[in-house]
Amino acid sequence: MPDSRAAVPAVTTIRLVYLARLREAFGRADEDMALLTAAPTVAAVLAMLRERGGVWADELAPGRAVRVALNHTVAGGDAPLRNGDEVALLPPVTGG
Amino acid sequence: MPVRVQTEDFDAGREIAALRGTDPRVGAVASFIGTVRDVNDGSPVTAMTLEHYPGMTEKALAAIVDEARGRFSIVDALVIHRVGPMRPTDQIVLVAVTSAHRGDAFDACRFVMDILKTRAPFWKKEDTPGGARWVDARVSDAAAEARWGNEVEP
Repeated sequence: MPDSRAAVPAVTTIRLVYLARLREAFGRADEDMALLTAAPTVAAVLAMLRERGGVWADELAPGRAVRVALNHTVAGGDAPLRNGDEVALLPPVTGG
Repeated sequence: MPVRVQTEDFDAGREIAALRGTDPRVGAVASFIGTVRDVNDGSPVTAMTLEHYPGMTEKALAAIVDEARGRFSIVDALVIHRVGPMRPTDQIVLVAVTSAHRGDAFDACRFVMDILKTRAPFWKKEDTPGGARWVDARVSDAAAEARWGNEVEP
């Protein structure tokens, strides 16, 4: 008999953090997001955010200089996400 | 602790004295201090606020210092970066490096500063007569990082 738990899609809950200009553009500093896909990635999260349209689609349009930090380290689009991960969206940095 | 993020000002003389301590291997100390200008991109700047991403900032700065240790023969290094509200002439950042000879101290100090400008998660928001604005990243900063043979991420 197949394991009935396998039929239940895994939910990955991540914390999104928006920094500096992006925080102001989006009107929020952070939010939790539940991902229902089997193997969620950074790129999938960005696609979901763009689907909100408006300022989300504008600020995160392909080619915009936005970096993603996964658990405080810069990550690429193919980085896999796990439950409890912190995914931050960073505009170009201007310290120093 | 070779990296610090703080709202308070710093005393560069005291910090450098503490960094080199009484280590007789040190024959050179190079340091850089970044300060707030009263004009940026043609607009007068009356004040600015620096924000950062707590948790990542310290990690990013420590990684830059580690990379400098791998590239140059240095004895020690210190990075202090301030956050919060600041005014023109205020100190923003201190990078200090000790080494046996001047070449490594100069090079490592410049390396840490150049990489910090493009990789450490700090953002400046300036108050100008036209209102508050987030400072845009400079193309020259990416060029400064590229000088060290690093690929600059988009």
